[in-house]
Amino acid sequence: MDFSVLSPTALVASLMVAATPIMLAAIGELVVEKAGVLNLGVEGMMIVGAVLGFITAIETGSAWLGLLGAIIGGILISLIFAILTQLLLANQVASGLALTLFGLGLSSMVGNSYTGMKPPGFNSIEIPLLNDIPFIGAAILNHDPVVYIGLLMVTAVYYFLNKTNKGLILKAVGENHNAAHALGYKVIRIRITAILFGGACAGLGGAYISLVRVPQWTEGMTAGAGWIALAIVVFASWKPYRLILGAYLFGGVTIMQLNLQALGVDIGIAYLSMAPYLVTIIVLVLISANHARSSSNAPGSLGQIFHTSQ
Amino acid sequence: MKIFKLILTGLVLSLSLSVSAISGSHGPLKVGFVYVGPINDGGWTQAHDKGRLELEKALGNKIETVYVENVAEGPDSERVMTQMALSGVDLIFTTSFGYMDPTLNVAAKFPKVKFEHATGYKTSENMSNYGARFYEGRAIEGHIAGKMTKTNIIGYIASVPIPEVVRGINSAYIHAKKVNPKVEFKIIWIFSWMDPAKEADAAKTLMEQGADVILQHTDSTAPLAAMQASGKAIGFGQASDMLEYSPSPRVTSIIDDWAPYYIERAQAVIDGTWKSHAVWGGISTGMVGIGEITSAVPADVKAEALALKADISSGAYHPFTGPLKKQDGSNWLAAGEVADDGTLAGMTFYVEGIKGDVPN
Repeated sequence: MDFSVLSPTALVASLMVAATPIMLAAIGELVVEKAGVLNLGVEGMMIVGAVLGFITAIETGSAWLGLLGAIIGGILISLIFAILTQLLLANQVASGLALTLFGLGLSSMVGNSYTGMKPPGFNSIEIPLLNDIPFIGAAILNHDPVVYIGLLMVTAVYYFLNKTNKGLILKAVGENHNAAHALGYKVIRIRITAILFGGACAGLGGAYISLVRVPQWTEGMTAGAGWIALAIVVFASWKPYRLILGAYLFGGVTIMQLNLQALGVDIGIAYLSMAPYLVTIIVLVLISANHARSSSNAPGSLGQIFHTSQ
Repeated sequence: MKIFKLILTGLVLSLSLSVSAISGSHGPLKVGFVYVGPINDGGWTQAHDKGRLELEKALGNKIETVYVENVAEGPDSERVMTQMALSGVDLIFTTSFGYMDPTLNVAAKFPKVKFEHATGYKTSENMSNYGARFYEGRAIEGHIAGKMTKTNIIGYIASVPIPEVVRGINSAYIHAKKVNPKVEFKIIWIFSWMDPAKEADAAKTLMEQGADVILQHTDSTAPLAAMQASGKAIGFGQASDMLEYSPSPRVTSIIDDWAPYYIERAQAVIDGTWKSHAVWGGISTGMVGIGEITSAVPADVKAEALALKADISSGAYHPFTGPLKKQDGSNWLAAGEVADDGTLAGMTFYVEGIKGDVPN
């Protein structure tokens, strides 16, 4: 076995690309869950973002406008979820699952005539001196802009949730909506805003798959990335910086798995593929075993319906 | 009065039932298709759907077609087939390997409905099995790959570990090795017929590890898009022509042409001559087509590839001709011996020289 063909530079570079869509979708879902809402429709929002981003990019000839189209698409479809669960008080789990099915169907209908087309691309960022740094220059500093948008987004969410007044209010709403309501915070309004933010992030993540990572439109192309994003939120125990770790772990395992196969390493591919999910389950078990820690991590009102009459 | 009403309703009901039964037997033949992917995947399912559309064109108002796309292999497909049979479809084509046992089960429940299952090996009284000798096309791709590679590393994106895929890998390897003894195959299994993101990642990984020719047995055009973006490798169209990626990275393709078979079988049902059978078409019957070889391939290599195609088509040459050994070094075919269809249909072993194991 010749491991020398494995280039660490290429590995890190493709890991960062593989992790970006799930990181974007996961950071959106993290905010939604911090506000006390469980939206299982991430997969559906991602695929709608993927198709609308693709269509916008083709029609306008601009990848940046494509991203914008994806964000708007993600917001619009998450609005359905927001109305169902926040105003009509529908069950969040069922609504989220329905949103995924709806998104998959809608995207295949809308995208029908766009298969086989080639979208405009992004240029990777060229930084004269930095790109010449060995390893780091090629592996970390030579990507398309969206990779860095993802990382910036995580930083921004961390800052928002922990350092701003609004962020603390959002967390209060997620921890105990009755108490937050009693203090005069607009629980429903805050939650709807969070849901729409989650939709925008998921849409952006989906567009990254159809515009950069593949880049083309095919039905069902997100292939479960939304579910992985949901798993990462739990894996990260609702902490933004751990979320980066989780996304790189999931992305890294995917890339490693392919590389080891191409090398002909005789390991159970199935075991490697399920490793991140196993870790997620272990994290879940650990969190729920320690009740004191669990209450400080999982938002207290997660998934519960709120109505002012309660 | 009440009794009278009841009798009347019963009469009307039975009358309408018998009317519909009569019109059912005299109406156009209903032909159903069960697809594993979307009809515009650019590959496998699109090829089958092209066959369906040509069938409609050829037989006009004598037939009516229905299809269901994106049907998961396994129990889900059984439900779809049952639904089709219940709704009066007379002839059902199930177009993926994983539909084999479900088709067998449903066929047993509906003895009057005719079933045709693609790329499997089981048949019954009312279930045929049809497939194509794609390994003939793989031989030509392998030949071109062996001649074109400069790094001597050929990548292979494999889908699901079933005999058809293993056969394709072996055929490509044998013919690449024949023209270039230094070639090495790097094989990545993605365990899915279609997963564009993973297919693209696999293609990128193979290029990073030095592959400059990549074969794919997956259904989307994502690998070709990745090759085009990097410009580091050439590849082949799979199932459909994928001409939008020519002249490079797509240098030629294996095209599945199901239309003649679909027309022949639907006509047979109309004529009342349909019988269950097992059919394996190839280049000679037109079921396997080789797409245009583009200018990216040198003229002499192109000529050799076309000669190989002609020899396979005429029957002068069989891609699995001995001497060949299995991966473990044991003898498989003696010099000049040709593999029989039974062995090929159940092939789960690599030939000598391929590294790695066929996953379970």
